[in-house]
Amino acid sequence: MTRPSDRQINSDLIRPLLHTSWRFYLLVLFFGGIVLTAIGTWFYQAYSGYGVTGIKWPVFWGFYITSFVFWIGISHAGTLISAILRLVQAEWRRPVTRCAEVITVFALMIGALFPIAHLGRPWLFFWLAPYPSERLIWPNFRSPLVWDFFAINTYLTGSVLFLLLPMIPDFAVIRDKSTGLRRRIYGALSMGWRGTPKQWHRLETAMSIMAVVILPVAVSVHTIVSFDFSMAPVPMWQSTIFGPYFVAGAIFSGIAGLIIAMAFLRKFLHLEAYLLPVHFENLGKLMLVMAVLWGYFVFNERLVTYYGNEPAEMAVFWRTQRESFAPLYWTMVVCNFVLPVILMGIKYTRKTITGCVIASLGVVVGMWLERFLIIVPSLGHKYLPYAYGIYRPRVLEVVIAGATFAAIVLLYVLFAKVVPIISMWELKTPEHEPGHGDQAPEVQALREVQP
Amino acid sequence: MPRWGMAADLDRCTGCGACVTACHAENNISTVGPYQAMRGRAKHWIRVERYWEGEFPDVRLKFRPVMCQQCGNAPCEPVCPTYASQHTEDGLNAQVYNRCIGTRYCANACPYTVRFFDFFNPEWDKPLHLQLNPDVSLREVGVMEKCTFCVQRIKAATIQAKADETELKDGDIKPACVQSCPAQALVFGDLNDPESAVSRLSESPRGSKLLEDLGTHPAVTYLSRQTQV
Repeated sequence: MTRPSDRQINSDLIRPLLHTSWRFYLLVLFFGGIVLTAIGTWFYQAYSGYGVTGIKWPVFWGFYITSFVFWIGISHAGTLISAILRLVQAEWRRPVTRCAEVITVFALMIGALFPIAHLGRPWLFFWLAPYPSERLIWPNFRSPLVWDFFAINTYLTGSVLFLLLPMIPDFAVIRDKSTGLRRRIYGALSMGWRGTPKQWHRLETAMSIMAVVILPVAVSVHTIVSFDFSMAPVPMWQSTIFGPYFVAGAIFSGIAGLIIAMAFLRKFLHLEAYLLPVHFENLGKLMLVMAVLWGYFVFNERLVTYYGNEPAEMAVFWRTQRESFAPLYWTMVVCNFVLPVILMGIKYTRKTITGCVIASLGVVVGMWLERFLIIVPSLGHKYLPYAYGIYRPRVLEVVIAGATFAAIVLLYVLFAKVVPIISMWELKTPEHEPGHGDQAPEVQALREVQP
Repeated sequence: MPRWGMAADLDRCTGCGACVTACHAENNISTVGPYQAMRGRAKHWIRVERYWEGEFPDVRLKFRPVMCQQCGNAPCEPVCPTYASQHTEDGLNAQVYNRCIGTRYCANACPYTVRFFDFFNPEWDKPLHLQLNPDVSLREVGVMEKCTFCVQRIKAATIQAKADETELKDGDIKPACVQSCPAQALVFGDLNDPESAVSRLSESPRGSKLLEDLGTHPAVTYLSRQTQV
């Protein structure tokens, strides 16, 4: 692989920041419009009462909680993948890490909005936070929703740090290459970065610490999200496998989200020289592993339920397996297992970006369905036959859940406008260089010519 | 300290629905109209479940009044993030409306599905608002509500007994459903008092709890129907 020169890297990756085409405004206008519509729709819901949604007795959770779990899952793309790849020193990760970490931060922000959006009285959401209040009451620390609140906040803080740290040297490059107000802003953001060996050393140390710290946090976040379900005595919810099952599914959907985002970036920001087919292929291999793992968990969950033969659970089991939810269920199996295993298992399709993107789109759809199929069939079919019910989403919920996809594109587009979407200094650091990253690239370049 | 409980004699229940009506009147439960009811927004703190057994024409109709079972080990309580669903000293599952932020987690966790959500602000056509019970607070949009065993009546009777310096007698307290049941199928009282009617009925060999194997320790005992062969 011929590496683009440092100068080339700088100009290629800073170009989107300095030059704005009409396409950018069109994208922002289009996706911004969708997001604003959804926000307006939600205010309408908050104003007129929750009854304008399709939520009903006995299915009290629907599209919103599905979206919540889905986006928290997608958020495992970044930090987790990039932290793992950093720790195992996979060199191919370099152009991929920032794209991934950005997904994490934005997907978390979107996902974290849903538990608030779905509240009956969303204006009181801050009662989840422990603070000394005139109500003289703490949040209930036994409630998985409170664990969620802490887990998501911790993960968000951690991933923002993990994203910001390696941006500092890049901010410094932009500072040096720009003038006026932009120079002042990026100057402040780069926090006095001069590229001294000491600074590089500190950055590397901080990154290593963060990579180690973020891993257990990421695993715990989705385990705790799964606890929202497995802690309640609802048929097919109370399962010991939910923790690892959700974490695996989260990483799985995260990789899919990352592949789709990378394909778009490559196309629209002309990053063909940086995001190579080999990156897609490697992520495709990871996705293949996760698809097989996901299949194993689903098979395990289903088989244990089937042999357990508990009447209430079996009612839900057959509902998803061959009754009203069967079409969705088998679509999920095809999207999450058959499609990625075939496309990523065959070398020919795995090596093409199109093949990777098609498999990823399937996985995103399949994982969304998976969360829906965990939540809704169980709630509509609890123990007493008198209280069976069917949930149908209303347009309003579909708009809000659908607009999250526009929201992530919008945030991504805006982000790519202010920060190079590929970490420039990581690209420049020579690969397999003894002690790479310990010193500024310039110093290392000097060292290369000396005997 | 008493532990409030109820017994429902299914042999006596005729499924007339008087308890449902009385509960609505006593507890200011708003009705939502036919359209919203069709969409699953109706609220009945007590309901009469109807189950048919057998094949036509050999059918047998069974009624079962179901209200909050005031579980001793309630699944709704630990999941509430704001302590809106909370256990009281006298064994009730209290629902503190003002603490509720409407996560609806309790309703999902409840195996009996006896918790109801206020999808809209309650409304009463004039002059129906004049019939509201001043002892029961109205619930605004976005909170959960459920059967309280008519806690306002329990409190009123307890306070009155204290003021009169007398002991509460068995049968002094009657929730609206118990009071209105023409067949006297429902009996309410203190389970900690071995002499009370409800204690004796709870120990009947006909007695069973609803979904007992979930380990919720319900405070409501159902006395099964006797088969007449």
